[in-house]
Amino acid sequence: MSLEVFLLLGAGLFAIGLFGALSQQSIVMLMMGLELMLNGVIVAAAAFWHYVAPSNADGQVLIIVVITAMAVEMAVGFAVVTAIFRARDVDMTDMAADLKE
Amino acid sequence: MVTVALFWLFAVGALVSGFLVFWLDSMARVTFALLASFVFVAAEVILLGLAYLGVVIVLMMVMEMVIMVVFMIMYMMNPAGLMPMAMYHNKTGAMALSVGTFVALAAGIVLVDWPQRTGAPPPDPTFALGQALMGPHMLTMMTLGVALFATIVATVVLATHRGRYDRLGDDLRATRADDPVGGGIGR
Repeated sequence: MSLEVFLLLGAGLFAIGLFGALSQQSIVMLMMGLELMLNGVIVAAAAFWHYVAPSNADGQVLIIVVITAMAVEMAVGFAVVTAIFRARDVDMTDMAADLKE
Repeated sequence: MVTVALFWLFAVGALVSGFLVFWLDSMARVTFALLASFVFVAAEVILLGLAYLGVVIVLMMVMEMVIMVVFMIMYMMNPAGLMPMAMYHNKTGAMALSVGTFVALAAGIVLVDWPQRTGAPPPDPTFALGQALMGPHMLTMMTLGVALFATIVATVVLATHRGRYDRLGDDLRATRADDPVGGGIGR
């Protein structure tokens, strides 16, 4: 296998996640798209570690950071959805469009 | 040869299950499709020699997706997927942007002259990761710890039903908080 093939897999996962993040109306489904994008980043970081600089642990540290970012995104995302649903019965992005004003 | 076959099996599995996340109607199935995508990616990570991180991804994602199923059923209008459902906006634009992003990334991946491999993997990559996190990358680890602690506080504050005005009155001047269960020692 080569670095390029792993990176293409990561790019595919990133693109599928981007489609979900941009197209989904439900906030929870939107979060799933973000998770898939980070999934692609994990593959790319692992491939960079293996094929470019395996003697250096930087690639592994990047994966740890991405995994932590996923956990934080999920936890805060669910808390925000709970708060906005409790306050205004909103669970769709279109219904919360006035938040940007 | 076995490695190549396993790579393609896991890669196709990750992409197909990722695609199914936005294709299926049942919210529970959607969540488990996302979990399958994460498990296939973890298998790819293990294939690259990072067994510890691969197992961490599997364990973490299993727990995360089990929690997510609960939230999906709480907030989705069709949790069992018994009727067709579409919850998209600007589907064409999103598809064009994501396909365009993939084409741009693929072009970069194919055209860029990537550097040659320098060095060899250590005999125990997990030990090397631990040494890096406790040595030159200590600041990264400390930042992650503080970020996780801030997340715990922020999520509790966001998810709690009662705010400061419920507890201490409209002008926040109440001497005692109006809590259903009092805190402190000896309550």
